[in-house]
Amino acid sequence: MGLILLFLIPTMAFAGMAVALVGILGAAIPWIASHPWGAWAMDPWFQALIKLALLVLLVVMPIASLLTWMERKQSAMMQDRIGPNRAGILGWRGWGIPHFVADAVKMIMKEDFVPAKANRFLFTLAPLMAIIPVFVTFAIVPFGATVCPHQLLQVVNETTVNSCKDAIPLQTARIDVGLIFYFAIASLAVYGTTLAGWASYNKWSLLGGLRASSQMMSYEVTMGMAILGAFLVFGTLEPNAMVLAQGPNPIDWGIVKQPLGAVLFFTAAMAETKRTPFDLPEGENEVIGYFVEYSGMRFGIFFLAEFIEVVFLSAIMATVFFGGWQVPFLYADGFHLADRVFQMPHVVVLILQTTAWGLKVIIGCWFQLLVRWTMPRFRPDQLMNLGWKRLLPISLANILITAFVVLAIQAWGAH
Amino acid sequence: MEGAFKKRTSKAGVTVVPRPETLSKATWLPALAKGLGVTMRHFFTNIATGKDIATIPYPEEKAPYPHRYRGLHRLMLRDDGSVRCVACMCCPTACPAHCITIVAEETGNPNEKRPAIFEIDELRCVVCGLCVEACPCDAIRMDTGVHAHPTERRFEAVLGKTDLMSRGTQSIATQGGTKDWRDTEKTP
Repeated sequence: MGLILLFLIPTMAFAGMAVALVGILGAAIPWIASHPWGAWAMDPWFQALIKLALLVLLVVMPIASLLTWMERKQSAMMQDRIGPNRAGILGWRGWGIPHFVADAVKMIMKEDFVPAKANRFLFTLAPLMAIIPVFVTFAIVPFGATVCPHQLLQVVNETTVNSCKDAIPLQTARIDVGLIFYFAIASLAVYGTTLAGWASYNKWSLLGGLRASSQMMSYEVTMGMAILGAFLVFGTLEPNAMVLAQGPNPIDWGIVKQPLGAVLFFTAAMAETKRTPFDLPEGENEVIGYFVEYSGMRFGIFFLAEFIEVVFLSAIMATVFFGGWQVPFLYADGFHLADRVFQMPHVVVLILQTTAWGLKVIIGCWFQLLVRWTMPRFRPDQLMNLGWKRLLPISLANILITAFVVLAIQAWGAH
Repeated sequence: MEGAFKKRTSKAGVTVVPRPETLSKATWLPALAKGLGVTMRHFFTNIATGKDIATIPYPEEKAPYPHRYRGLHRLMLRDDGSVRCVACMCCPTACPAHCITIVAEETGNPNEKRPAIFEIDELRCVVCGLCVEACPCDAIRMDTGVHAHPTERRFEAVLGKTDLMSRGTQSIATQGGTKDWRDTEKTP
């Protein structure tokens, strides 16, 4: 019973989310645009704004705030405890899900404390520097295939999708630099933690900030190197093009073609999120961390930023290594199973694909929580050894081998 | 990894044996996968059945007390509902914590007294049960199994006669003993 609910509830939730996303972007906006007064709806800036707003409000924020509950509940299940089950809305306790509401209320009500000698401006700026880059990076995440608003109820194939009129990509910003943009923006997040550590005028937070900056800078190198292999294999940096290059057949997905790159990238990116095997910046029993002086919603923003990073890491892992929004064997015109084609209308395919994307993201989050509650924290020297002496050389070797294999395939024409 | 298993002797003469670094630990991943397997097994078992969960959700569900747990005192009652206690002062004499206060009064029956005041300070009580053993007429018992209630003020933890009698029941012992009690082999 519990297991069925465990799989059924997220699937239902993401199916609802997918219906909302596809409905608003694929049906409501073209409907507005079809009227003479609604031409502004096809404006790319308006669409980008709507997509980012929908993505953040319908997907990222709900998952991130539910993760605060999920982390406690999942850790409880892993440690043979019950976990949060007390907070309720009008007596409805729902396995403790209302706890995240209680947390939000608590954080808003708490005193907003600024230490006397802290640099007030930087102290205020730091949480924003931590959370804004994480939101911005979501612009490159493709959460579905391209919508052809005029053929929603028809069966379409790849060529009609590529050439259809008024196509709406389910991705906020389709920019060619793609993942480079992600690295550029994500490295801004280190300012948030370092500034928080420095501006609090506290030795422990300064130590935490220093640890954070050294750790994040070290692991960014590995992170970039680890994903280079995927660049070489798929020949593109643009996330949606990567998803298209992977195709609906799981044998072509990044995890099969770049297993080592996937492990390395996941490890390095987990170090970037500063969560438990790598939570030295906040090591509660050592230095408490860069946000030791933060209270109330300022702390809440750091807390939330961490969970949004978890969601984003899952999204990028899904995009680069797990076929993004691709459902296994689901092509634009329906399922292709062993020479048989089960045709489906465009809108059903879109909803299935967006649901699959959401499920991949939540499974990624689940796996990160699993790792977070399984591994103990590294020591700083172990962390640096792992980053520079193990992960970096292995990722460089991975690039070399991948490059040779790609070159060999190009030269000798295996397809 | 060279010399990972070599023993060294430190300056103080202590033999230092390095931790054995096996390949699975040195490369992290096999060891991590093993650990993830353990936590994942617990996760899915608890989601599916919840049989491993050790927590007792306290106010809804209470852990059973041990069989010999005594709990709060109670004063037993006679057939007419009055207190069995004859204010003989055995229990305050036996009490090592001096937590029992009895003030006796006349009953009109020249053979026995009764307590006007019978107070037990549950904060001082050490739950030894000596008062129960000292009682000659089965008036005081410590078998309710009721946990001492938390109170806001100290004097609320001093239980009076009515409170103690409220948990009391009728004893099957005969008040004052049976006439030929020496002949009775089975004492209830």
